[in-house]
Amino acid sequence: MKASAFAYARATSVVNALELLAAYGDKAKVLSGGQSLMPAMNLRLISPEFIVDIGELAELRGIVVKGDVLTVRALTRHVDVLGSPEIATHAPLLRDATSHVAHPAIRNRGTLGGSLAHADPAAELPACMVALGATVIVCGPQGERRIPAQEFFTGIYETALSPQELLVAVELPVAQKDSAHFFHEFARRQGDYAIVGLAAQAIIQGDQFADLRLGFFAVGDRPLLAKAAENLVNVAVTSEVLASASAALSEELDPQEDQQATPAMRRHLAKVLLSRCVATLLSRPDLREGARA
Amino acid sequence: MTRAPENRDAFSVLDRPNSYIGKTVPRPNLDRLMQGRGQYVSDIELPRMAHVVFLRSPHAHARITGIDGAAAKRMPGVIAVVTGQEIAAVITPWVGVLSHLKGLKSAPQSAIAVDRVCWQGEAVAAIIATSRAAAEDAAEHVAVAYEELDAVTDMQTALDPTTSVIHPALGDNLAFERNHDAGTVDAAFAASDEVVEAEFIFGRHTGVTLEPRSVVADWNAAEARLTIYQGTQAPHMVQNIAALHLGLQESQVRVVCKDVGGSFGIKVHIYADEMATYALSKLLRRPVKFVADRVESFNTDIHARDHRCKGKIGVKRDGTITAFEIDDLTGIGPYSMYPRTSAIEANQVVNLVGGPYATKNYRARARVVFQNKNVMCQYRAVGHPIACSVTESLVDLAAMKIGMDPVEIRRRNLIADDAYPCASPSGLRFEQLSHHAALAKLIKMMDYDALRAEQATLRARNIHRGIGIASFIEVTNPSAAFYGVGGAKISSQDGVALRLDAQGAVVCQTSITEQGQGSESLTAQIVGSVLGVSMDRVRVILGDTDNTPYGGGTWASRGAGIGGEAALQATKVLRRNILDVAAAILQSTPGELDIINNSVVNVSDGAPRIELSELARIVYFRPDTLPPGIQAELMATRHFVPREYPFAFTNGVQASWLEVDTDTGFVKLLKHWVVEDCGTIINPQLVDEQIRGGVVQGLGAALFEKCVYDERGQLTNANMADYLVPMSGEMPDIDVGHVVSPTLESELGAKGAGEAGTAGAAAAVTNAVNDALRPFRTIVTEIPLTPQIILTALGRI
Repeated sequence: MKASAFAYARATSVVNALELLAAYGDKAKVLSGGQSLMPAMNLRLISPEFIVDIGELAELRGIVVKGDVLTVRALTRHVDVLGSPEIATHAPLLRDATSHVAHPAIRNRGTLGGSLAHADPAAELPACMVALGATVIVCGPQGERRIPAQEFFTGIYETALSPQELLVAVELPVAQKDSAHFFHEFARRQGDYAIVGLAAQAIIQGDQFADLRLGFFAVGDRPLLAKAAENLVNVAVTSEVLASASAALSEELDPQEDQQATPAMRRHLAKVLLSRCVATLLSRPDLREGARA
Repeated sequence: MTRAPENRDAFSVLDRPNSYIGKTVPRPNLDRLMQGRGQYVSDIELPRMAHVVFLRSPHAHARITGIDGAAAKRMPGVIAVVTGQEIAAVITPWVGVLSHLKGLKSAPQSAIAVDRVCWQGEAVAAIIATSRAAAEDAAEHVAVAYEELDAVTDMQTALDPTTSVIHPALGDNLAFERNHDAGTVDAAFAASDEVVEAEFIFGRHTGVTLEPRSVVADWNAAEARLTIYQGTQAPHMVQNIAALHLGLQESQVRVVCKDVGGSFGIKVHIYADEMATYALSKLLRRPVKFVADRVESFNTDIHARDHRCKGKIGVKRDGTITAFEIDDLTGIGPYSMYPRTSAIEANQVVNLVGGPYATKNYRARARVVFQNKNVMCQYRAVGHPIACSVTESLVDLAAMKIGMDPVEIRRRNLIADDAYPCASPSGLRFEQLSHHAALAKLIKMMDYDALRAEQATLRARNIHRGIGIASFIEVTNPSAAFYGVGGAKISSQDGVALRLDAQGAVVCQTSITEQGQGSESLTAQIVGSVLGVSMDRVRVILGDTDNTPYGGGTWASRGAGIGGEAALQATKVLRRNILDVAAAILQSTPGELDIINNSVVNVSDGAPRIELSELARIVYFRPDTLPPGIQAELMATRHFVPREYPFAFTNGVQASWLEVDTDTGFVKLLKHWVVEDCGTIINPQLVDEQIRGGVVQGLGAALFEKCVYDERGQLTNANMADYLVPMSGEMPDIDVGHVVSPTLESELGAKGAGEAGTAGAAAAVTNAVNDALRPFRTIVTEIPLTPQIILTALGRI
């Protein structure tokens, strides 16, 4: 279990990293925290010819709030997200989700940008980006591109990032007044990839949702911003309303089969999560059983 | 029930001032391991050492039509590319059978496949290079041409006439069958008020040792001697087998086994790739290292369990269990493992089902079939989890049928604590067990009635918790009945040699081995206690066939009971020898003297007479001052093997308390209890942690671990992300209690404790899940109990 031989360069600046990527294109891989890349290389699932290590780029670190925008730079490690007062205040969903990312040793090295660029459909953070309406900022030979999260994730391990581009940051709108969030995932063991998960961001006025964004993950080839949420906004949520939202969700899902679950089980668990999310956010325990219908 | 030892005098040898017996003392090897000074095989570097990587078959069953290693041989750092044909010149094939398992058959297995591969992962070529990385690079350039053959994967159809036969010379795919019929089973079922049947399914899983299998073989052509450094549980067995198949005398093979990062039975077998490594060293006349990587470990470390067992129980309305019947089927891969064979687990299932209970009516059939999957063999608690789960599930199903509490039905049927010695319907002889005392203690520890009340309250709030109980028996301290009588040269006796050094410290050589369970500690505790010296004066040497007595090693929970007794007896001799010399020096008699705190003292008033260091100085450097005719013997050796009972059975009971989320099928383990009876407890912490570790492995089987094969015989989850081992986040607190019934076969009275936790954990969990699911009138009988299985049983998906 040893990686094939590869060439290696430690980038000295973002500009330098982009030069290296321009020179090596799709033969190169960017090494950030290495928590997915290194195991894949050691298993020889991938054998990149060239590794561009961006680990020393201080300009890619940091969490900044400016006005209504929270910027998290790509090299921010999961452990830094968990400890950040800015994120706790302005994007508590991201903090909750990050605590479900793998284990402490992995969170100490793994980075937000790495996780997003890797785009595992069962990963927590891409779904948070979709739920939070994030903008992904990438740099390339032609300069900067700003990509809405929903357009960034294009398939299993696939994104809108080109081989010459580097993901440098994400921008998140800061949490508004009356906002609430919910995060839960079903995984066989703490730290495993989810069988099904939900990252939800809401605005609650009175006893109704004024806005609800449901970011499901591990239910398809990319995170899903469920349209079924529309059924629940600006309406008194009854078990009938929830049931129709649940039915709508079922229509939207295209879950895959793997060793943990059949598509039917994923569909079922997604509906359970929807009920639990709505019941929790609206403080309506009576709706928790909605999925039983 | 705590039974007073009948032979008080004999036990006084353990019950001495400053005794370490029964005390939690730190393990002497901890500092060394914690400071990174462990000696694991993968750390070994020898001059001119090469690394071997095995190219492994991607097919479950295929004919090898050609191997082209020319390109690989030209790669940088490559020393050789060796095929099965080439290595056959230095090592002979083997057949994994034992004569006492009547009818067991298997086919010759080679170190490297010669013209056919029989499972995905079987080695087809060895690539030897100056580093593992270079060998892996070269392996990608070895071209093997295969012609795929039908793969036999489903054990249920392995015996069908339309299924192809893996080894045509054997006639069929049946490796072994055992039938057993005791009492009057049919009459008993006919006379029962209720008869309950179920089919139980046990997933194939494996041991997942932290340190993978590893070996460095060093053929010294000048000495004509092979040194094998290997993480093994049985060094003398390895010595015997290596010599046998390399055409050497055993004296030409030295096996060194220092620190081992976990074994669990995985490292008690002889693997083809290890044999190939010995042979390669001889062929290439240089040291060769093989360290399995994690993917190889999943594909080649023995797998275990994988049983389908139909079970039937008869019960009367008063709770009397009238009979048990089972029909067990297991698939073992393409070969019976060498040399312990792959029939032992099924045989053990037949032996153990119904074992805790009084009924004499028992019928069993077990069939062991070949298939094109990785080999299966003995793993921690061989057969126990299967037998215990089948038995205890049947008992719970019977209780449910007649509306009796699961504890009550056990009270009415467990063999009475005063009924011993007695025998089970499968012919196992029990010296002294304590099922009722253990159950009573368990019920108290878990506060059973309070839990039942809590369960009822929560059920009303749609929270579904369950209680599962599982009584078990455990095979420990095996005599020659396990392997020796079947013709395998696997010693069932162990030896300890002790020497007082010139400063009064003790060097102790023992034939048992250490894989983390505390063999070194318990040996030093016994020697220190019985001799009267502090533990820091006892240095234990193990794992070296050149430097320890001959013996079996550490497996089947035999280290403490057998190796410990040898240590006790050797220490008694050394003590007597020391006191003989002391009496001569002090002009006293041995009876008037004792050894306490590293000094010879008066028995009468405890006054120190001479320090052991001074005694040793006189013996070794001024023997001229000793009285004429006195020849000191400050070295003593004793061996021990149980003779009266083939096995020292232990017993115990476990309970699980858990919650099932009936919307998601997820199980949350809340608490686990074990009460066990391993006889004399040498080190309570070591015993408790053995139990806890065993329970965790059992919980892994219950909820997580499974080698998932597809219908073409491909193992699809051979990595640590997809194969789920139990992790601390999901483990409950595990409370451990003890009942102590020492075996009278030895002065030490210790029985084993290594299998107990694994034996009953899955059964307790399955029973608890079914208890939780009671309101839904459904049961589950398959482990691992995945959310998918539970949701399906609940009709939710």
